[in-house]
Amino acid sequence: MGMKPKEKMIVKGKRLDGRKPDEIREIEMKVGVIPNANGSAQVRFGRTVAIAAVYGPRPLFPKHRQESDTAIIQCRYNMAPFSVEERIRPGPSRREVEISKVTRLALEPALFLEEYPETVVDVYIEIIQADGSTRVTGINAASLALADAGVPMRDLVVALSGGKIDGTTIIDLCGKEDNYSVADIPLAFLPRKGEITLLQMDGQLTPDEMKTIIKNVIKAGKKVYEKQKEALRKKYQE
Amino acid sequence: MMTEIRKIVLPGEVLGDLKENKPSYGTFEENGKIISKFLGIPKESRGYMSVIPLSGVYVPKRQDKVIGFITDVEKFGWIVDINSPWQAFLSLSEAVDEFIDFKKTDISRFYDVGDIIYAQVVDKKRGDIQLSMKNPMARKLRDGVTVKITPSKVPRLIGKEGSMINTIKEKTKTIIRVGQNGVVWLSGEKVEKAIKAIKMIDEKSHIIGLTDEITKLLSD
Repeated sequence: MGMKPKEKMIVKGKRLDGRKPDEIREIEMKVGVIPNANGSAQVRFGRTVAIAAVYGPRPLFPKHRQESDTAIIQCRYNMAPFSVEERIRPGPSRREVEISKVTRLALEPALFLEEYPETVVDVYIEIIQADGSTRVTGINAASLALADAGVPMRDLVVALSGGKIDGTTIIDLCGKEDNYSVADIPLAFLPRKGEITLLQMDGQLTPDEMKTIIKNVIKAGKKVYEKQKEALRKKYQE
Repeated sequence: MMTEIRKIVLPGEVLGDLKENKPSYGTFEENGKIISKFLGIPKESRGYMSVIPLSGVYVPKRQDKVIGFITDVEKFGWIVDINSPWQAFLSLSEAVDEFIDFKKTDISRFYDVGDIIYAQVVDKKRGDIQLSMKNPMARKLRDGVTVKITPSKVPRLIGKEGSMINTIKEKTKTIIRVGQNGVVWLSGEKVEKAIKAIKMIDEKSHIIGLTDEITKLLSD
């Protein structure tokens, strides 16, 4: 944000990596990558890779943190020190604490937590390779891991980012676009009813541009949803 | 070889209309539609639509017979791990018939930490689960080994009127006890083979013609 790009980000309607403005990156999803977890998944959006593991519902201690009528979610979003070009200090930074929280809030509406009072569902998201839109990649991985763990869900959670660059609205930002974009919007939603569970914005947009981006992201999100369904089915097709 | 598999539904998938069926286990209703809660196998019977999950933890129900591990001895009973998100409690009155004088008796002589028991769930209130040993089938399980499978696949392991489990018992000459909580206790000659068969049922429960495959595995 605010930084001036050295080069033009969109040339002749094509983006840096040759995509059209409304094109998503190559997606790869795999379910059941960690045998010791109740549920797990690995999701790749272009060069961004996230692994999510779900443990539970399991007993929660210390006891004062238990909720007598519902389970709680503990979510940890963590970037591996080697995930970015310049090594980052391990341990939760301000940014990671915030993303952990918004991820938790994005997942909560999809779950029937009231069926497991006094327990906890632990969601661990590790970003092992980062190239923009890491939080939405993490949410997609967590959604698959939760379904794999057999936690009762209202719907899968689909997440995708949108933004604006060089006066054009785009979707699924890569790392460079993320750095130089005028605005970027990570968005998560429940596809069956179209309910939005995560909406953040960084930068400046007009109300009309905002509406266009949300519409485009939800439209392209259907493709991500199909990929998620395919990945879950694939685990049992051998 | 292509194996035929059962139909699999995903969380959030619409299973049908409320006019045709009533929502049962593993489903919920929304705007007159029945929707799946789990990744699982749908089942329609006698006007009810249910989904059997392919994974998940054990949620205790009253009357369930479970295999538990004693994790702690308290003054008037025992804490039992029953492979679920909640701990269970076996009270002294539900476990022993005779009169006990607390001042003189150390109750760990009945059950001690590490013992395996086959017990019945008699009460469940939120996170509070009570066990009982008063059922004639209830007992302490000595020796043997235990394996854990997905709790929702226990009916598949037992089979129609015990057909699957009886096949394994006969072919491997083992004594097997299955808890509703997904803990299986085995003892006998060919325990390893039986475990192999049980693990296979756990992994391939969604495949059509599983009984034949198990019979084939056991006759080798």
